Amino acid sequence: MTTVATFSIAFTRILAPSGELVAPLPAFAADPAELVALFRAMVLTRTFDAKAVALQRTGRLGTYASSLGQEAVAVGIGAAMRPADVLVPSFREHGAQLMRGVSAKELLLFWGGDERGNDFAGPREDFPVCVPVGSNAPHAVGVALAFRLRKEKRAVVCVVGDGATSKGDVAEALNMAGVWKVPAVFVVNNNGWAISVPLERQTAAVTLAQKAVAAGIPGEQVDGNDVIAVRSVLERVLARARDGGGPSLVEAVTYRLSDHTTADDARRYRDDAEVSRHWAEEPLVRLRTYLTQRGIWTKQDEETLLQECGRAVEEAASAYLATPPREPAAFFDHTFAALPADLAEQRAGMTAERRGEP
Amino acid sequence: MSEVSLVQAVNLALKRAMAEDPRVIVLGEDVGVDGGVFRATEGLLALYGEERVLDTPLAEAAIAGVAIGLAAQGFRPVAEIQFTGFAYSCIDQMLNHASRLRTRTCGRLTCPMVLRSPGGGGIRAIEHHSESPEAIFAHIPGLKVVIPSSAARAYGLLLSAIRDPDPVIFLEPTRLYRVSRGEVADDGAGLPLERSFILRPGTDVTLVAWGAMIRETLAAAQQLADEGIEAEVIDVATLKPLDTATILDSVARTGRLVVVQEAPLTCGFGAEIAARVAGRGLMNLVAPIERVAGYDTVMPYARTETFYMPDTARIMAGVQRVMSYA
Ligand SMILES: Cc1ncc(C[n+]2csc(CCOP(=O)(O)OP(=O)(O)O)c2C)c(N)n1
Ligand SMILES: [Mg+2]
Repeated sequence: MTTVATFSIAFTRILAPSGELVAPLPAFAADPAELVALFRAMVLTRTFDAKAVALQRTGRLGTYASSLGQEAVAVGIGAAMRPADVLVPSFREHGAQLMRGVSAKELLLFWGGDERGNDFAGPREDFPVCVPVGSNAPHAVGVALAFRLRKEKRAVVCVVGDGATSKGDVAEALNMAGVWKVPAVFVVNNNGWAISVPLERQTAAVTLAQKAVAAGIPGEQVDGNDVIAVRSVLERVLARARDGGGPSLVEAVTYRLSDHTTADDARRYRDDAEVSRHWAEEPLVRLRTYLTQRGIWTKQDEETLLQECGRAVEEAASAYLATPPREPAAFFDHTFAALPADLAEQRAGMTAERRGEP
Repeated sequence: MSEVSLVQAVNLALKRAMAEDPRVIVLGEDVGVDGGVFRATEGLLALYGEERVLDTPLAEAAIAGVAIGLAAQGFRPVAEIQFTGFAYSCIDQMLNHASRLRTRTCGRLTCPMVLRSPGGGGIRAIEHHSESPEAIFAHIPGLKVVIPSSAARAYGLLLSAIRDPDPVIFLEPTRLYRVSRGEVADDGAGLPLERSFILRPGTDVTLVAWGAMIRETLAAAQQLADEGIEAEVIDVATLKPLDTATILDSVARTGRLVVVQEAPLTCGFGAEIAARVAGRGLMNLVAPIERVAGYDTVMPYARTETFYMPDTARIMAGVQRVMSYA
C-alpha cells in the first residue's frame, strides 16, 4: 500500500488571548492606527449588537442574531476586503456590513422587517443576509465567475456557519469553485454551535477547514478571536484570489457567546461554565490589552469610543424607529420588473379592500 | 425559413441569444462538448467557447445557485437541468433566492436567468425522466413559467425568456422535441411572455392545454370537428403570469371549458385555470368545467405510461361530458 495523498491544516494566531504576540505582526500592523481601527470596528459592532438585542427585548425589532464574541471574524473580513469586492454574508456579519458601508439604520430596518434595509446605499453589489443556511455558497461562485469572465481583479467573500458546512449547497459550491478556480473566499465562521447542536455532533471531521481538501482548494484555520490574524489571513487569500490564484476556505474558530438569536435560550442546551470559559478568549479584550500595553490606547480613548459608538447606534435606532413602514401595496412592486396584469389586479384588489371598497 | 424540430428551435434561440448579447452564458451538465443530452446546446461551445458555455459538475442546486450569482452580476445565465426530475434540487435556490432577490433588495439586485429543463412523459424513459412539475414552479411568486408546444413558440418564447429581466422556468416537452416540427424564421423575434395563443378557433367548447398536451388536444379538436363540434384550442404557453383574459374571453364565446394537463390532477395548473374561470366566467358557462389530467399517482414506468397521460380519446370523452349539457 502506498499513500497517494495527505493533508495538513495550518492554524494562524498572532495575538494570544492574554494580549501577547505569539507570531510576528503582519505589515499592516506597523501602523498603530490600523490596529486601532480594527478595535474601533469591533466595539461598534458590539455596541450595535447590544442595541439591537435591547430593541428586540422591548418589542421594537424582530428576532435578531447577535455576533457577540465573534466580532473579530466579521471585522477581519471587512478590513481585508476592498470596496470593489463583494460580500455574500450569512446572518452574523453585521461588523463586516457596517465596515463596507451598510448603515446601522439599514441593518435595523432589515432586522425590523423592512425590505428597504437590503437596498444598501453603500455596497450596491453585496448580497443581503442569507437566512436559508448555506444556500448563499453557490451565489458566491456565480459572482466570482462573473468577475473572472469580465477579467476583473475582484474577489468574493462568502460566509457560512459551522452548521452550514453540513449542507449540500456548501459542498457543491466549494467543489465548483475548485473546478473553475474562481476568485471566491469561503469563510467558515465556526462558533461551535448551530443553535443547540455542538460541533462534535455536526461533523466527525477534526476541522472544518479540511472540507476544502475534498474540493481541491486550499483550506486553513485562523483564530477567529484574533482580528489581526483574521485580517492577515484573509488579505493573503483574497490577494491570491484576485490575482487568479483561485478560491480558498478559511475556518475562523470563534465562539458564540450569545444565544443563537433573541428567540433562543441557550441555557437549555449549553453549560454556563462553557460560556464563562470562552469569555476569557473573546476578541476585544486581547486587542485592548495589547494596545494598552503598547501605550497606543488609554482609558480615556476607550471612554470616548464607547460614547461615540453609543451615540452612532442611538442615532441609527432613532432613524430606524422614525421610519414609517412601506405603503403595504409596495410589496407587489418588486416581484417582477414590470407588474403583470394578473398581479396588478391583485394589487388593485388589496388596495380597494383596504379602503373598504367592494 | 426552414423547417426545424422543437429541440432545434431551442438550439437556434440559444445561438441567437448568445450572438446578440455577450452577457448570455449557457451552463449545465454536458452542455458543452456533448451539446446536451438532447443536443439542445449543440454547437454552442464551438461558437462561443468555454467562457460562455460551461460544462458544470453534477450539482443541480449549485447550477441554479451559480446562475443566481451570475445574474445578480448582470449576466444572463441560461442554465440547463438535464431532466425536470432533477430540477427538484433547484427549488430551494429558485424559491428562496432567484424568485425573490429583486423583492428582498427593492430591485437593487435582480435575477435575469432562465432555468431550462426537458420533461414530461411519452418517450419511454427510465423513471424520474418523465415528470411534469410546472405547477410546483408556478406556485412560486416571482418566477415566470413557460412551456412551448411548437418549434416556433419554443424559439420565440425562449428568446423572450432570456431577454426577460426576471427568472424564468422554461420547461421543454421531450415528447415534442423531435416530432414537433415547423417553420422557424430565426429572425430573432421574441414572442410575448404574458400571452396565451389561440391555435384553433372554435365556437362550441374551449380546450386549454400546454406543452405536449397541445398535440393531443389539437388532434382531439380535429376529430371533434368531424363530429360537428367546433373546439377552440388555447395554448397557455406562459403559465405564470397567466393570460386569464384570453381564456375568459374564449369561454364567454363557447360556454364550455375543458382543461388538459399531463401533470397529476390535484393542485395541477388546470385547477388554477378552472378556479379563475369559475370566479370570473361562471355566468358564461353552460356546463361544469372539465379537467382531463394525469392521475394522482407516481408517473408509471414506460410500459404503462400511455395509460397515465391524457390522450385524444380521454380528451374527447371530456368534451363529450361538457357537451352533454344543453
Ligand atoms: C436550511 C436551513 N435549515 C435550518 C435553518 C434554521 N436555522 C437557522 S440558523 C441555524 C443554525 C446555523 O448554524 P451555523 O451554520 O453554525 O451558523 P450560526 O447560527 O452558528 O452562525 C438553523 C438550524 C435555516 N435557517 N436554514
Ligand atoms: Mg455556528
